[in-house]
Amino acid sequence: MLVLGAMCIALVPLTGATFYIQLVSKIMILAIFAMSLDLLVGCVGLVSLGHAAFFGVAGYLIAFLSPKYQAASFWLTLPAVLMISAALACLIGLLVLRTSGIYFIMVTLAFGQMLYYLFHDTKLGGGSDGIYLYVKPELSIAGSKVVDLEKPLQFFYFVFAILLGVYFLLRRILVSPFGHALAGLRVNEQRMRSLGFPPFPYKLGAFVLAGMLAGLAGYLSACQFGFVNPEILSWHYSATVLMMLILGGAGRLYGAILGAFAYVLLQELLASQALLGSLAKHWQLGMGVSVVLIVLLLPSGLASLFDHFGRPRLAQSGG
Amino acid sequence: MTVRGLSARGLTKVFGGLTAVNNVSLDLSSGTVHAVIGPNGAGKTTLINMLSGDLAPTAGSIQFDGRDIVGYSSDQRSRMGLGRTYQKTNIFGSFTALENCRLAAQSREAHALSMWRSTRAYPSLEREAERALAAVGLEQRAMAIAGTLSHGEQRQLDIAMSLATRPQVLLLDEPLSGMGADESASMVGLLRGLAKDHAVLLVEHDMDAVFALAEVLTVMVNGCVLASGTRDQIRASDEVQRAYLGSAEARGG
Amino acid sequence: MEFFIQLLNGIQYGLLLFLLASGLTLIFGIMGVLNLAHGSFYMVGAYLAYWLARQTGNMWLAIPLELAIVFIIGLILESTLYARLYHRDHLHQVLLSFGLILIFEELRSIFFGDDVHGVPVPESLKHSIPLTSTLSYPVYRLFISATCLAVAGAMYLVIQKTKIGMTIRAGSTNREMVQSLGINIKLVYRWVFAFGVTLAAFAGMIAAPVSSVYPGMGSQILIICFVVVVIGGIGSIKGAMVAALMIGIVDTLGQVLLPEFSGVAVYLLMAAVLLWRPQGLFKVA
Repeated sequence: MLVLGAMCIALVPLTGATFYIQLVSKIMILAIFAMSLDLLVGCVGLVSLGHAAFFGVAGYLIAFLSPKYQAASFWLTLPAVLMISAALACLIGLLVLRTSGIYFIMVTLAFGQMLYYLFHDTKLGGGSDGIYLYVKPELSIAGSKVVDLEKPLQFFYFVFAILLGVYFLLRRILVSPFGHALAGLRVNEQRMRSLGFPPFPYKLGAFVLAGMLAGLAGYLSACQFGFVNPEILSWHYSATVLMMLILGGAGRLYGAILGAFAYVLLQELLASQALLGSLAKHWQLGMGVSVVLIVLLLPSGLASLFDHFGRPRLAQSGG
Repeated sequence: MTVRGLSARGLTKVFGGLTAVNNVSLDLSSGTVHAVIGPNGAGKTTLINMLSGDLAPTAGSIQFDGRDIVGYSSDQRSRMGLGRTYQKTNIFGSFTALENCRLAAQSREAHALSMWRSTRAYPSLEREAERALAAVGLEQRAMAIAGTLSHGEQRQLDIAMSLATRPQVLLLDEPLSGMGADESASMVGLLRGLAKDHAVLLVEHDMDAVFALAEVLTVMVNGCVLASGTRDQIRASDEVQRAYLGSAEARGG
Repeated sequence: MEFFIQLLNGIQYGLLLFLLASGLTLIFGIMGVLNLAHGSFYMVGAYLAYWLARQTGNMWLAIPLELAIVFIIGLILESTLYARLYHRDHLHQVLLSFGLILIFEELRSIFFGDDVHGVPVPESLKHSIPLTSTLSYPVYRLFISATCLAVAGAMYLVIQKTKIGMTIRAGSTNREMVQSLGINIKLVYRWVFAFGVTLAAFAGMIAAPVSSVYPGMGSQILIICFVVVVIGGIGSIKGAMVAALMIGIVDTLGQVLLPEFSGVAVYLLMAAVLLWRPQGLFKVA
């Protein structure tokens, strides 16, 4: 099932159209972002409305770290960005994880907005105009380019490899003792405490990991578009990624990937002037209606349609 | 006063205008089953919640192994050796019985935070889980999904999970609730076996089970201790008969 | 004196926030539903004020009409959508209300366009009270503050002193029991929801002459509202008042003293409160 999906993605470039290659690259980056959020929402049960902050800060970071007309080193910038993302997630996590449930949602929303205003109102990152990343980072070993990120096709497969890597990494973490503990905490935190598990370190670990992976996605996104602006930090964007999760189905990792595809394709459909003419400008109306319908009618997302192909995630992960 | 045991002195819990538990003291020691009985609303679950750390007492002290544990959280107390089960069955329905116990055992191992290797790579956890399941008689059902077990088996699994954490003290909140005659009988047998190596606090309504298991009883009414003593003393007490036992027997126990 | 004027502005802003936050905290505290679209109702109120003012030119006529419209919309939305979410995941509640935000924003864009519009202050309230020889304070702003205080007082009386209020307070702590007493809790929830969003719209209406109407006004105020509710404590009206005043003053003074960081100041305040008391200042049992 998944192999089929992966093959479909891998074959997209055969269409030859750069538009599709770039579109699917964008979707794959969003899928990485969505999977990072799925770790929090689907696997631990923490609904964060501020996750875009990590995505956005990482984007700004690589823009800052890139010299104006030269390529920065991939090998230096990526670890730096990941570490800073992790540190930021740790700092924010220490504060927001003191709350839970509704408070957590509101508090992550507020922190996300705080960072948004930091970039929007101050001169830190060019204010509301954002800043440019003129030359993409260079990925070379011993002086020769391994992957040329400026070329859409190579960028595509590069991102594809990372997507697979993140997917398998997360799968692996979920079957580890840590992952099992997270699953237990999501289902019944009180019981887990009575068994001797302190919830905080696990939640913080998941939060930091999720923040780091969101940072990875932000880094790649900045590389693809060559431009970052404060909107990628807004809570609207965080909520959009949550939409992808519910479209695809939270808690299954591959649901996040499905959701990213579903969202962007739905958006392309609704915004297509060819189909809807002047109404296309108001595609968000259709998107809003779709989300409401999905919440009411198909809350477990598209992935739930595939349920008869195997046992749902958790029982598969151990035993 | 025993060294390896749990004692509570003057435990009190006040919620706004309501005193749910008023000045309750009791002792638990290894090898003994101490039952706490009383009508609904007597404060028994609140008492257990204070002992396990799920609720902070308004007043009073709890000594475990010579230390005052009132300031400790429930997960800390569990790691110190206090295990508990709840009135409502609290198992992880989508895991297998073995996975449930393995997760419980994990809390005692240093690599509980390990992210990289699969849990299958830790055979000691597997062994712990199997041992716990065997102790409650569920070894045949190890690979069954917990949600598909019968009610009685789920209650047994709940206890197995607590056992997998190798506790010295067991706080059991109505382990027999919802069980039919056969299931109750095997649960009583299981609990009798556990009592040999653990200090057990049992909150129960099933009087047959209580008198079969407990050597020491504390009777609570309206948050206060009405009487406390050995099984025979309590059975013989007129006060207790009037307040609780008479009506309990009329209800069928 | 400059400072005094800003202080008055801060209080007025705070009282307006209270109106919004009290609706949000009521809906959340009593029904357990997180409604992100609360800010959208604020926007609806403001735009309705703008529209009805243009149609009728008479604010006093417009207000009751608008309130009735919003109340009915609230009743409809609750019965068709929100009522299905009472037992569901937070994720679903967040997304349903977010979907509604998108719908409201686009409808606004379709009917009113994306420009900023001013709303005229009603004639009777147009003058200012002189404070010094050069400075004076607009009566309309005092009107806003007074109205908010009046509503706050009325809410307090209803919730603390009437049977309905008692039902609401009971319903928030023990829903099943209230139901078994024969009280139709679903109806109570429906009315509380409609009332809460009407409060938001009312806030938007009276604020419109001061803040103008513009796209995104709903989202902007929603976040601040959330901060108020978090700081004040979910479900606590008293907390909402204290927190709203605090934030109103900090934000307004912040914009005057440190404009670049005023946006961040409010969140820093929230972080500080959370470090000290994760459940907010006034916890409701």
